[in-house]
Amino acid sequence: MALAGITAAAAAVALAGCGSSSSSGGSGSDDDKKIKAALAYDIGGRGDQSFNDASYAGLEKAKKDLGIDVREVEPTDGESDADKAQRLGELARQGYNPVIAVGFANAPAVKEAAPKFPKTTFGIVDDASVKAKNVANLVFADEQASYLAGVAAAKATKSNTVGFVGGVETPLIKKFDAGYSQGVKDTNPKVKVVKKYLTQPPDMSGFAKPDLGKDAAKGQLDQNADVIFHAAGGAGNGVIQETAEADKWAIGVDSDQYEQKALSKWKDQILTSATKNVSGAVFDVIKSVQDGKPQSGVVRYDLKDDGVGLSDSNPEYAKVKDLEKAVDEARKKIDDGSVKVRTSP
Amino acid sequence: MKRFDKERLLLGFAGPALALLVAILLSAVVLLASGKNPIEPFRLMIDYAQNVDIQVLIINQWGTYYLAALAVAIGFRMNLFNIGVDGQYRFAAMVSALVGAKIALPGPLHIFVIVITAMFVGAFWAGIAGILKTTRGVSEVVSTIMLNSIATGLIAWLTLPAQFGVQPEGSNNLTTGMIPESGWFPGLKVNDLAGDIYGFVFVAAGLGIVYWFVLNRTRFGFDLRATGASESAAAASGVDAKRMVLTSMLISGAVAGLAGMPVLLGETHTYSQSFPVGVGFTGITIALLGRNNPVGIALAALLIAFLDKASTALDYEGYPKEIATIMQGLIVISVVVSYETVRRYGLRRQQSRVGEELAAAAKNNREEVSV
Repeated sequence: MALAGITAAAAAVALAGCGSSSSSGGSGSDDDKKIKAALAYDIGGRGDQSFNDASYAGLEKAKKDLGIDVREVEPTDGESDADKAQRLGELARQGYNPVIAVGFANAPAVKEAAPKFPKTTFGIVDDASVKAKNVANLVFADEQASYLAGVAAAKATKSNTVGFVGGVETPLIKKFDAGYSQGVKDTNPKVKVVKKYLTQPPDMSGFAKPDLGKDAAKGQLDQNADVIFHAAGGAGNGVIQETAEADKWAIGVDSDQYEQKALSKWKDQILTSATKNVSGAVFDVIKSVQDGKPQSGVVRYDLKDDGVGLSDSNPEYAKVKDLEKAVDEARKKIDDGSVKVRTSP
Repeated sequence: MKRFDKERLLLGFAGPALALLVAILLSAVVLLASGKNPIEPFRLMIDYAQNVDIQVLIINQWGTYYLAALAVAIGFRMNLFNIGVDGQYRFAAMVSALVGAKIALPGPLHIFVIVITAMFVGAFWAGIAGILKTTRGVSEVVSTIMLNSIATGLIAWLTLPAQFGVQPEGSNNLTTGMIPESGWFPGLKVNDLAGDIYGFVFVAAGLGIVYWFVLNRTRFGFDLRATGASESAAAASGVDAKRMVLTSMLISGAVAGLAGMPVLLGETHTYSQSFPVGVGFTGITIALLGRNNPVGIALAALLIAFLDKASTALDYEGYPKEIATIMQGLIVISVVVSYETVRRYGLRRQQSRVGEELAAAAKNNREEVSV
């Protein structure tokens, strides 16, 4: 647990893109209207090196930049929707506003808690099924970023075989799969995509265990893949390691993994990353409440406003022939609507 | 004879009490070692559990845990280690949720069909392990663990949109579709904030009584306990041991199937990817702690449910709620150690008493001879 905590903190710092953290926050200036923000994690909690951690980074940023009090709560294994709803309600009752719930599993709980506390803004990450005036649905066009990753992979491959490693076979991860596969095929129909999901729900270890990622990557390398894109949270670190050690390209996910300290040993082989600005979305909700104009309804983060994107920090990225040009063209086509990216394979 | 029973009862209580005490002390040590106040978290949890909404959550969770633990205990009494309760529970919940969503029947009948389906599916899944054991001698520990994994894969496949899955608009979840309102088990409304106590919790409590009755007051219960204690001795007295293995596995699975009903019928009304997992494993802890006794299991389930729900308070006060998880782990270890310690102590006492009686008898004999 301690180790997970440390890596979580490290990842959070890296994601927030700031140096040292651990400021005690809340300067105690009570004269201006002060808000408190709370974050309720999905199963896995902080330290998952995926969206829980990214949300935490957004919360930390709000604490530092806006000087507000924050609180984070974790779920218990085996709990039901009622437990989640009680927790969200309790946070609202204690005066936390906004209360942000991470992950689709919290949707029924938000649906139950939101009407009971109409003055509190509830944020929910990765769900657009719960509609209410005081609910902000923070959703991401993961498939668009993945499409660009597919374009990059199709341009970088020499063996005409590319890989996809998904963490857990959920509809969310299938969005990454769908976008990526479409991006590859649209760029070069001759390129074959090999796919592997690490675990099936409710076994969420596919987001957590790097050894599973390593094995999957090894299998795909044996099938001649020379670019592998992962959407597998912490397990993806194993994908990157295995791929980099075989001197092939890895494509990261969620944050710009080229910049991640934990992966610095293999960063030269991290071609690019399909980014997803969860921390920014969490920060935006908190800021909107502080500014007195709370977000409401579906807030969609896509390519146009850099809510999702493709990173280019690795110098090798610019050196691959035609890659940048192809990605820019694809980006334009998605922007003007001439390419519609599928959300399920 | 009376005196001996009282002592046994006392020793029976000493085990769990000692375990709990040791677990609390060790948790306090863990807290101290991490530089936290060692007593405050316990006070916070007890305070938090005074709230009505938390009490409702504890009671509702109790129902699920009690059923899961009964399922495990039935196996234990037969000397069978059914680790597959979790898989039986999930598979039963999924299939019964699906059946419930596809049919429309008048109220009680609709619920009845869902419950029977769950029992049947749970029994079927456990029965596979039972048949493997009786016909091929496969250890149920191995087969039930494997069946857990198979259940995971099977559920994942069945709930894909291509099969029976339903993905609600705008959601990233997969469900089996909503059960119509006629298939909802009415609950006991406490108040608006706290919500309902699931009606099925009372069914769970009733099942505890059935468990006690069947095990202690029927021929079948006697055969089961006898076979659990010594298979060869039971066989010698005319019990078909293989048949008992299979039957108890089927019953264990059927009860495991019921464990999903409180949540399914009382709250979610659908099986989704966020349906509670790991319930079967918590059931093992509870059955161990409760010594397979229906009252003991009830108390143990209450304790674990309390730790689960009240530990939320720790997050609000800046304590890591993992303390509760650590404590649950410590309870399991302490239980095993303290039961063994108490058992050995009891055995020694018994031996020394028997020794004394024999010595006294021998002395009497000698005196009689010498006289």
